[in-house]
Order: sequence, then C-alpha cells, then structure tokens
Amino acid sequence: MQAQTEAIPSSHNPTPLSAGAFEALGGLPGSNIISLACLEGNRSGASTLMRKLIISRSGVDREYGLIGALGPGQSGGLKMGTRLRDMIRAVRACKTAAEERGVIAKECANLRNAFKENDQDYRHRNVAKLMFIHMLGYPTHFGQMECLKLIASAGFPEKRIGYLGLMLLLDERQEVLMLVTNSLKNDLNHANQFIAGLALCALGNICSAEMARDLAPEVEKLLHNNNSYIRKKAALCSVRIVRKVPDLVEYFTNPAVGLLTDKHHGVLIAAVKLCHELCQNSEAALEQMRKQVQTLVRILKNLVVSGYAPEYDVGGITDPFLQIRVLRLLRLVGKGDADSSDVMSDILAQVATNTEGNKNAGNAILYECVLTIMAIEAIGGLRVLAVNILGRFLANRDNNIRYVALNTLVKVVSVDTQAVQRHRTTIVECVKDSDVSIRRRALELVYALVNETNVKALTKELLEYLKVADPEFKADLTAKICSLVQKFAPDKQWYIDQLILVMVEPGNYVKEEVLRTLIVVISNATDLHGYTVRQLYRSMQNWNGQEGLSQVALWCIGEYGEMLINHQNELPGEEPLTVTESDAVDIIETVMKDVRSSSNTQAFALTALLKLSSRFPSNTQRIKDLIKPHKGNLILELQQRSIEFGAILNRHENLKTQLLERMPVLDEATYVSKKADGASISLGADVKRAAPVGGPDILANGGPKQETTNSLIDLLNLDADDSPVPEPHKSAGDQLLSLLGPDPLSTSGVGTTDNVLMDILSLGTPAAASTVAPSPTSLFPPVPLADPFAAMGSAAPVDPFAPSTGGSVPRKTSLLDELDAVPQAPIKTSLLDDLGPAVPKDKGSLLDGLDSVPIVPATTSAYPTITALETSGLKVLFDFVKPPGNAQSTVIKASYINLSPSPYTDFIFQAAVPKFLQLQLEPASASVLPASGGGVITQTINVTNTMRGQKSLLMKLRIIYKVDGQDKVEQGQVSNFPQGL
Amino acid sequence: MTIRFILLVNRQGQTRLAQYYEYLSIDERRALEGEIVRKCLARTEQQCSFVEHRNYKVIYRRYASLFFLVGVDGDENELAILEFIHCIVETLDRYFGNVCELDIMFHLEKAHFMLEEMVMNGCIVEINKQNILTPIQLMDKTSNPQFKLPLSSSTFSVF
Repeated sequence: MQAQTEAIPSSHNPTPLSAGAFEALGGLPGSNIISLACLEGNRSGASTLMRKLIISRSGVDREYGLIGALGPGQSGGLKMGTRLRDMIRAVRACKTAAEERGVIAKECANLRNAFKENDQDYRHRNVAKLMFIHMLGYPTHFGQMECLKLIASAGFPEKRIGYLGLMLLLDERQEVLMLVTNSLKNDLNHANQFIAGLALCALGNICSAEMARDLAPEVEKLLHNNNSYIRKKAALCSVRIVRKVPDLVEYFTNPAVGLLTDKHHGVLIAAVKLCHELCQNSEAALEQMRKQVQTLVRILKNLVVSGYAPEYDVGGITDPFLQIRVLRLLRLVGKGDADSSDVMSDILAQVATNTEGNKNAGNAILYECVLTIMAIEAIGGLRVLAVNILGRFLANRDNNIRYVALNTLVKVVSVDTQAVQRHRTTIVECVKDSDVSIRRRALELVYALVNETNVKALTKELLEYLKVADPEFKADLTAKICSLVQKFAPDKQWYIDQLILVMVEPGNYVKEEVLRTLIVVISNATDLHGYTVRQLYRSMQNWNGQEGLSQVALWCIGEYGEMLINHQNELPGEEPLTVTESDAVDIIETVMKDVRSSSNTQAFALTALLKLSSRFPSNTQRIKDLIKPHKGNLILELQQRSIEFGAILNRHENLKTQLLERMPVLDEATYVSKKADGASISLGADVKRAAPVGGPDILANGGPKQETTNSLIDLLNLDADDSPVPEPHKSAGDQLLSLLGPDPLSTSGVGTTDNVLMDILSLGTPAAASTVAPSPTSLFPPVPLADPFAAMGSAAPVDPFAPSTGGSVPRKTSLLDELDAVPQAPIKTSLLDDLGPAVPKDKGSLLDGLDSVPIVPATTSAYPTITALETSGLKVLFDFVKPPGNAQSTVIKASYINLSPSPYTDFIFQAAVPKFLQLQLEPASASVLPASGGGVITQTINVTNTMRGQKSLLMKLRIIYKVDGQDKVEQGQVSNFPQGL
Repeated sequence: MTIRFILLVNRQGQTRLAQYYEYLSIDERRALEGEIVRKCLARTEQQCSFVEHRNYKVIYRRYASLFFLVGVDGDENELAILEFIHCIVETLDRYFGNVCELDIMFHLEKAHFMLEEMVMNGCIVEINKQNILTPIQLMDKTSNPQFKLPLSSSTFSVF
C-alpha cells in the first residue's frame, strides 16, 4: 500500500497547474484534493482504478454543470444569496461546530426568504443547497414544498433536482407527500423515458401504501414498456408497491414472470428481485415460480458459460450481482421442494466448481451458492462440495472471506452439525482473532456448536479467553458463557464453579438475572451450600470490586455463614478452609467500606450482617457498629434497613433467632415460570414496588408477600419474611405493634361530655372554620348569609348529630368556646343558633354553591363518635366514615387530645386488630401534641372487617409519647365501636 | 435483503454524501453516522471490511481519504456489496475522471444522480457504467454546452 495522500501546497506557493483550481476553491490551505483512485492494495486484485495520485485537478475551476451554470450572480448576488459552491466553501472553512451552525443558520434564513418570495430562477439551486444542509444533519423541512414545485415544473433539470430533493428530504410519513401523487402520475405517463424513469425511481424509493395503491396500474403498464430503462425501474418500483400493499401480489405475478425472459441485465436483476419479493409474500406466487425454475437455471447458465461480456464484467465474471440474485431466488424456490431442488442441482454444482475463488466477485458468488445448496433439498454430494468450499474459506488468509465462512457456518450448523464440528478448533481460534467482527461471528458459531458432550471443553476455552478479551467484547462473551452454563451444565457443582469463575473476572458483566438464577440454584442445592459458601469465601479473598461476585458471596455468607466455620457438608477432595467468625464479618466489612460497592451491594451487606448476628452471637456488637453508620445514609433504602436492623438487634433480641432463620429453599419452578412470563424478574414482585433499591429485595424475601394486614399474626409473619423491606407507608410503630401481646388493660370511659368534646373537635378544627368562613361574606351579601353557614354546619358532623343525640344547646355553647379563637366565629355561632332549625330545608340551595363539601357529612353522620381511650392525660376519639362501595371497610378518623398541662412529643399511636380485620394506618398529622387540649393530632385508620355482620370491630391500642423527656406508654382496648361497622 | 443506507465519509469523519433507503429522523441519522464512522475509522487495514452495528451490518471500503460505508440487512451478501462499492467508485471515476473528495462535495447532486441510477429502494439495479452515466451526461450537455465530457454514442431525443 503506497501512501497516496498529499495535501495541496500552501496557498502562497501554488503549483502552476493547480493555481486556477486553488483560487476557485477559495484558497483553503491544506484541503485534501486527493484522487480517490483506489487504495485497493491487494484486496481486490487487478483494478482498473489503480492509478497514481493526482495532487490537484485542473478541472475544478471549470464551470459547474447544472448548479454553477445557473447561478449568474457569481459574486454572490445580494438578494439571491450565495452560490452553492460558496456555501460549501464557507461551511468547510468553519473551524468549530458552532461556527458551522452559524453559517447554516444564515443560509437557512436566506433560503426561507427566497422560498417566501417564490423565487423561480434559483429554486433548484436552493434545493441543492438544502440537500447539502440536510446531509450535514440540519433540519430542512421548510424546503419540502419547494421540491414539489420543482417537480411540477416543465424543465428536466428542475424536475431532476426536484425529485432528488423529494427522495432525500421527504419520507413516506409526511403528509406533503400526498400532494405529489398527481405530478407523479403525470410523469409516469410522460413520453420522455428519463422523466418517466425519474417518477418511477421516486415512487420506488418513497411511496406510501396509499400512493402504491393509487399508482399500481400505471407502474404495471410500464412493466410492458418497450424501453428497458423504463422496464427495470418499473420492476423495482413494483417491489416497493408489493411490499407496501401485499394484496397486489397477484396483480404483479404474471408480468414479473414475463420479465424473466428479458435480455437486458438491468431488467433481469430487477425482475428476479421482484419475483423474490412476490414469493416471500405469497404461497401462490411461490408455486408459480417453482414452475419457472428452468427459466432461472437458464439465466444462470447463460451467465456462467457465456464468454467475456464487457458491459457487465466485474473482475472477469459476468454480472456477479445478477448471479447472486438468481441464486438467492433459487434458494427460496428450492427450499422444501425436492423437485425444483433437483432441477437446479446441476447448475449449482457447475457454479460451485467453475467459479474462480481468487477474486472477491467470485467468492461472493461461491458464498451465495453455498448458502443456496445448504438451504435447498440438495443431494449429499452437493452438500459435500459446499462444505468443502466453506472449509477453504475458513482457511483463507483474507479476513473478509473468513468472516463470511463463519457467518455461513452458523446457518449450516443446524443442517449438518458434523461438518461444522470438524472445524471446531479453527473456529475456537477465531474467537481469539484480533478483529472484533470475526470474534463476534466465531462466538456465535461456538455458541451454536455447544452441546452436552462438549460443553465442558468449550466453556473452558471461552473462560480462558475471557481473561484476555477486550473490555468491549467481554459483555457479550460473559453473557454467552453464562447462557451456555445455564443451558448445558451437567451438574450443579459445575454450574456453580463456572459461574464463580465468570464472576471473578473483573468488570461487572454478569447480568442481574444470572445472579438471581444462580442464587436460586444454590438455594436448591442443599448439599452444596457449604461447598459454595466456602468457594465464594475463597474467591472473595482476592476481591477486586466485582459486583456480582460480592452480591452472591454476601448473600451466601449471610445464609450459610456458619458453614464457613463448621466445615459442614464438606465434599470429598475439597480443600479444607479455616475461617473464624470475625473473618466472615471482615469480608462483609471490606465490601461495605469499598467505594466501588453500589447501593445494591451495600443493601446485600446489611442483610448479610443482620443474618450473621444470629449465626455468630459473639460478633453482635461489631455487627451493630457496622450497621449503625448507615442510619444517616442518603439512600433511603440503606437508611431504612440500617434503622430497622438496628431496632431488631437492640430491642428484640428474643425474636431475632426466628426472624433470621435461613431462608426456605427458593422455588426453582416458580422462578423459571416467572422469568418465562416476563412479568417480573424478581421473586418478590410486589416487594419490588415498595423498595427503592430493586435488586436485593428478592434475596431478602423468601416468597410472595401477603397483603399488608396488620392483624397480629400476619404482622409477625410479615416481619419474618419482609422485615428488611417494609411497605414505605407503614410507620415503624405500626410494625412494632405486632410485637405487643394481648393486653388486658382497657379503658372504656365513655360519657356524654366526651361526645361533646369530640364533636367540637371534629367540627372546630381552626382550619375548617377559617376556610369556610370567609366565603359567605364575600360571595353572599348579608341576607343569604345563613345559607353558607348551614352548609358549613352540615359539613361538620355536629349538625347532623344534633337531632340524634338530642340536647343540642350545651353542645353549641361548647362549640362557641372552642371557636372563640377564630375571628368570625361569634357571628357564625349566633347565626347557627338562630337558624338552627331552618338549616335542613335550606341545604339544597347551598349545596350547589359549595359543592363537594356537603357530601361527606351524609356518610359520617351514620355513626356516633366514640372515645376510644381516656386516661388522666390523654384522650383518643374515633370518628367513622363508611366509604361508598365497600360495606366491609371503614375509615376511622382518630383525634388525640392532650389533657395534661405539658406537651407530648414523639407521639406514636399503634393499633392491633384480630385476624378477621385488616388494618392500615395512615401517617399522623403531627408527632407533637400541645398541652391542655391546645391542639389535636389526627390520623386516618382504614379498617376492613372481613366478617362484617357476624363480628364487630375490636382493637387494641398502644400509645407511646414523651413527657418532659420521659417515655410514657398508654394501652387500651376498644370494644365500644358502633354496631354495624 | 436490501441496502439501507450509503454513506461517504472522509477521514475526519465528516459526511460527504448520505443516502438512506429507510426513514430515520435527523437526530437518529446524526447519531448513527457518528457511531458507525467512529467504529469503522478505528479499524485497521488487516481487519475485515464488515462491522456489525445495532441491527445493521456495515460494509465499508476506504479509497484514499474517503470511506464508503454501506449499511445492509443481516442477510445481505457482504462480498457482493464490497464489490458494489467498487463499482460505485469506478462509476464516479468514469464521470469525474480521477474522482476526489471535492468532486463529490461540489457535485453532490451528480453523485446522487449516479447512485439513483444504480440503487433503487435499496436494490442494485444497474452496474453498467454507460447505462448509469448516459442520462447524467445528456443533462450536462443540454444545460451547459461548453461543459465537455465524453458523450454517449447513443442518440436520445433532447428534452
């Protein structure tokens, strides 16, 4: 390969020959004016293009054909903008992308103006500019209409550039395209062959299904045209039409077959392509084509045996493109049809033996021929011929040929595995080739070659190569090895060993699914637990940030950590390993403190630590210390884990052992079926939603999770299964509740005063009063004032209660007291007093005005408010709402009131219910309760009574809060729920 | 089995000609060109001329400073496309006479006309250089009498 590039001499010293040219180019120093005349080297052999370098060309300064000649404003007319050449030059002179954008933006602005002014003379020059801009990758949609105008013009040069613009700038999805249908139709019928050819070409490149349907008759007519130029274009245009509108297959079948006897190569190549397309789309067309095998064979024979045909000669072979096309059609026709396969076998043998394999064109034909032989119902001898050709290809030094050989062998492997297995060594060598394209192909082939008998040997080869492979190739290779191991592993120990070997490789190429499957496999291989955890421990000694390895190792150490120490299940021949408890914790610590560990891995580490705390009691303090720092972690998942695990370790020592038992064996079948469904990759599908860190939850959670019921037993179960990943909306107290035993303490001090107070509270929260109150004054003038208040009254539970409980007067007064703080309250109450009896009647009109508010009380009113708990310093009131549509569920609005003189802080309310109830606590409105009833905390509790009608609600409460820095606990049982909930 | 795009790119990675036979938005094109060009330009002479990228197979060939890249379907005959690239270059060379990068830049439309005659809807339709060039030369002749290029022997009605 000789060096063939040379920059032009610098601008102040142009060679005489190129001076003019250089001027014309705007004196760009260092422009590459280089002959393209090939740098072929020895790749394609003798080429007519092997010419020496021509530094510059004298022709550059000649007039520029169409575009240049039509731009009279050579110096860049004021209105017309620059010439195309000037623009290209300006773009080329740009040093930075920003500069280029500037030039383009200016040009585009000029073009827009020109288009707006409907500039006729320069339209096609402008479109040519647009094409250039489009090529550079800038939007050019504003010029689409110009193309259509050019197409509609009469002159050929305008049409030519218009059509080119149409094909480059538009696509079938644009509505504008419909506008061109008529012009296309006219041009298709144009007497001039070139204009008709242009229309056919454009139609063939971009037509939409609609246009295809409209113009199919025109195109079909042109298939019979006596001009070969038209016929070939019409044939290819038909390909597009058939692809867009498959119903038209029948319409084109006969004309297509007719074209196969054409003499013109261009027509033949198009016709064969059309036949191929038809056969792919329709069984009937394929049947018809099978009758034409003789014709196809004749075309091929003519090409093979004919002597030198200069007009279609490529490297000494007559029209290789046509030969390839015919071979391809023969493949389609011969596939699954013994008769036609028989007819073509002679010519295939002839092509396979007579085609010269020393040039690229010849090899292209041989390649196609082999593919055809392997696809059709060929006789054995022909197959042998084909496999031998492939063997020759594989041994070729030219990488291109080796590439196609590998590519072909992949397709052959299903037909003739034996023939491919013979080349196994060569193929495995190719996996290590320096060229990534070859490696990919070879890997694909090796993958196809592996079966139960050779999996061990081939995996070994691939693993060895994995150590030295390029990083960009490793991902593919790793995926393939994993998939092979999963598919063909003869036993579980080998499976685990191989995957450990893959995971040990640096870089995180092992996919998450593979890790999950591996963990399921490990979990199921009960007798290998000890072996696996020890192997993993060994690999972790040289851990270098491999994420997959650390995750699996951490999981296993967490689950089977004790086997590291007690040598349980030692396999015969296994190297003994001495590990202390703190060594195991060391490993986890190393991973946790490594900056390369992702949050996912950290989560694994936390869970493993928690699990180990029950396996290695002596290390509990250390584990606590390791878990603790994450309490302030910015990643919510880790923070939550840390806090919860800390709580388990510190407060619930007695529960720990059961809680942290080894996970039950993961169900392989479920996992596989779930994976197959593609519905969810994770085992605990519903847990995934709750956890911000998606990965490890599946590992932490054994099985599908129950509904979030808070009944005592369910909660306990939940804790055992799910404690690492609780539902986010559940407060910690909610969970801990389950830990409460049944408590005999119950408070049932229910009195009328309580009821009163309760009513006040539910009505008189300052917010309610102040939000509703202003509206009447502004919206309604004095007279209808009462109405809004009535509405307000009805919005709160007070009014509806009034008739049911009787004695409304004292309640109202107390209400007054409560509302004193609110500025407008006195007016309201007095109004209420006066208009009290009238309220129900007026309601209707009001409700319209104050939509949505009144709907609530209608339901709330059905059940009286109860006092759930009352002690010397605390009162808990329950309000009930039945949500429509579900008779079983009840929404309890709980309000907590502080009756003592000092405020309560860290206020937590907990509740437990029997199993037939389901309970859900919403977060409380606050955690600080002001002193002396100066405020309330409200909280919504959703209860579902699954045995409504048979059993009534029952609930145990526990309230934890701090008074003056001292912890206080109140407990009680609520059994005075209204009937019917 | 079709050609999905033809790209001419210089050694600096600048696109000199782009012809797509399927719809891609401008952003997709830019991204695709960038990725492919980076991949192809990084390869050595000894490596094979085929690169797999996304769902394309790119067949490329270098001529002096210009890379010719052809994107095809997976089941296209790679060697044939390689031969076809050479055919394109020969045709360009026949028309321009020692074609160079600047010829293609400044006569982008001519290069497109040639491609249009050779490939239609992603299928090779003509490889005979005379057949390809006749319409283009005829147009040159009619629009610009001084512009002398070897003329075809066949006579066409002038439009």
